[in-house]
Amino acid sequence: MRDLTNNPTKFAIETTNLTKKYGDLVAVDKLSLTIDYGEVFGLLGPNGAGKTTIISMLCTITNPTSGTATVNGFNILKQSANVRRSIGIVFQDPSIDDRLTGRENLQLHACLYDIPTELTRRRVAEVLNLVGLEDRADDPMRTYSGGMRRRLELARGLLHSPKVLFLDEPTLGLDPQTREHLWTYIENLSRSSEITIILTTHYMEEADRLCSRVAIIDYGKIKVVDTPANLKAALKGDVITVTTAQPEKLATRLTELKLTTYIDASKDTLRLTVSNAEKLIPRLIKITAEIGVEVSSVSVHHPTLNDVFLYYTGHEIRTEEAESLFRKYMMIGRPTR
Amino acid sequence: MSEFKKIYGLWRREVTRYWREKSRIISSLIMPVLWLLVFGGGMRGMELSGTQSYQTFIFPGIVAMTLLFTSVWSGISVIWDREFGFWKEIMVAPVSRTSIVIGKALGSGTSALIQGSIMLPLAFLVGVHLSPLSFIILIPTMILISIGLVCIGLLIASIINSMEAFNFIMSLVIMPMFFTSGALFPLTSAPGWLKSFSHVNPLTYGVDALRWATFSQASSPLPIQVEFLILVLFAAAMIVACSYAFSLKK
Repeated sequence: MRDLTNNPTKFAIETTNLTKKYGDLVAVDKLSLTIDYGEVFGLLGPNGAGKTTIISMLCTITNPTSGTATVNGFNILKQSANVRRSIGIVFQDPSIDDRLTGRENLQLHACLYDIPTELTRRRVAEVLNLVGLEDRADDPMRTYSGGMRRRLELARGLLHSPKVLFLDEPTLGLDPQTREHLWTYIENLSRSSEITIILTTHYMEEADRLCSRVAIIDYGKIKVVDTPANLKAALKGDVITVTTAQPEKLATRLTELKLTTYIDASKDTLRLTVSNAEKLIPRLIKITAEIGVEVSSVSVHHPTLNDVFLYYTGHEIRTEEAESLFRKYMMIGRPTR
Repeated sequence: MSEFKKIYGLWRREVTRYWREKSRIISSLIMPVLWLLVFGGGMRGMELSGTQSYQTFIFPGIVAMTLLFTSVWSGISVIWDREFGFWKEIMVAPVSRTSIVIGKALGSGTSALIQGSIMLPLAFLVGVHLSPLSFIILIPTMILISIGLVCIGLLIASIINSMEAFNFIMSLVIMPMFFTSGALFPLTSAPGWLKSFSHVNPLTYGVDALRWATFSQASSPLPIQVEFLILVLFAAAMIVACSYAFSLKK
């Protein structure tokens, strides 16, 4: 294997106005972002947001319509062979030969990535050990469960010691226990090596748990990039959900009093974003009593990445409710980005 | 050097897959055996201009048929690889498209060679006397023919996306190639239009080369060197065409 560490760039990945169009559809829209070495970077977005297209372009499987990117210092258009040598990838869909055994799949991979023969045996043993598949290595892969196949694919992606590892929806369709296992492998991996990991997901908890930084992507555009903690903090607090028959009346009063940064109302509930929910609740109850609004329940929710996601993409997701009476409240306190 | 290793890896995958499916090896022998023993047996009374019996005459043609079916289908199997996702592993690897085509062609060529070789012992059943020299010439000839045929399958696979086109390929590509190749009848007495078809059919030269290797005499007026040259050029051109087809990105 060639030494791929001697490159002058400081970013593992740098994209400049990276764009992909399929006819009229803009799958990825002028994406510009940088990812540092050693990061676990998450691309978080709903299905069809353009995450897989981004990965395909960075892996040099698909050419961008315009714009460019470097991966590990290599240009994806001009140095695609070097890009390919320095990356590992676990695709969203299975990509193993299920007629071969797990070990044979790994050996084929070693040939394709030109791993020296004397090193292959050791690396195969190492990655099998990492994902706990030593016992099943010589069984045909069609006898593997979905989770085992996924683990073998992860092992295969790591076999040639890539500098950058792409994981496209790594736990899609796996049961909670297998997902937990895979998360542990990924966590150990990022802790014990210098590897840079880019993962796409639409599971909030996955991004929250694994990623050092997250980019929220919707309709091919980046809405926001930050650490999960900062993203949650940027929501400026907690969410109080009030169930009442007269959300409109309560919303109007609360807006007048400027007690909340963001109100989202539907037929019988009101979602308030506030800085300290526990402190505000007594006052909220008092206000409802003053204006004569009957409240059937109040619940408090501390922010998750799910809220962050709703916050940044919400207006798109709810376009069909745009004619709602309460549309005017929805824009209160929304930061301009 | 490194590209050889990648080709070796791809070759080994093909051969491993082929060898692991014993039932397929057996079942794909049924067709040629039926042609040779039943059809050939039934037509035994047919008068040929030479001194050979009909069964003897068609023997190299039936070997060619075995190569044709095994090779083209093996090339087309890339559609399955694509459907089951494995093809992405190959397409994202740092392997040149030419190496992918060569690896696939050699691997499938090897499978076809084994398949064709299983047919050779049947020669003695139908009165063909294969000399050791014939064996030695037949092997590289069979490999050469297979490589070109695998690439036909690969090209088809790069154009169509699903196996629903199965009947279409069978009746528009494989069977016409088989029937116009001179595998079943001497082309010397065929009508003009059929001759024209057979001239552009690469399998015609393959069948004739096999016939030459088996009986030390070809039935085509073309010198045998020219026929081999055509086969070599065809295989090379197909490898180039397939490499190009696979290097196109969406």
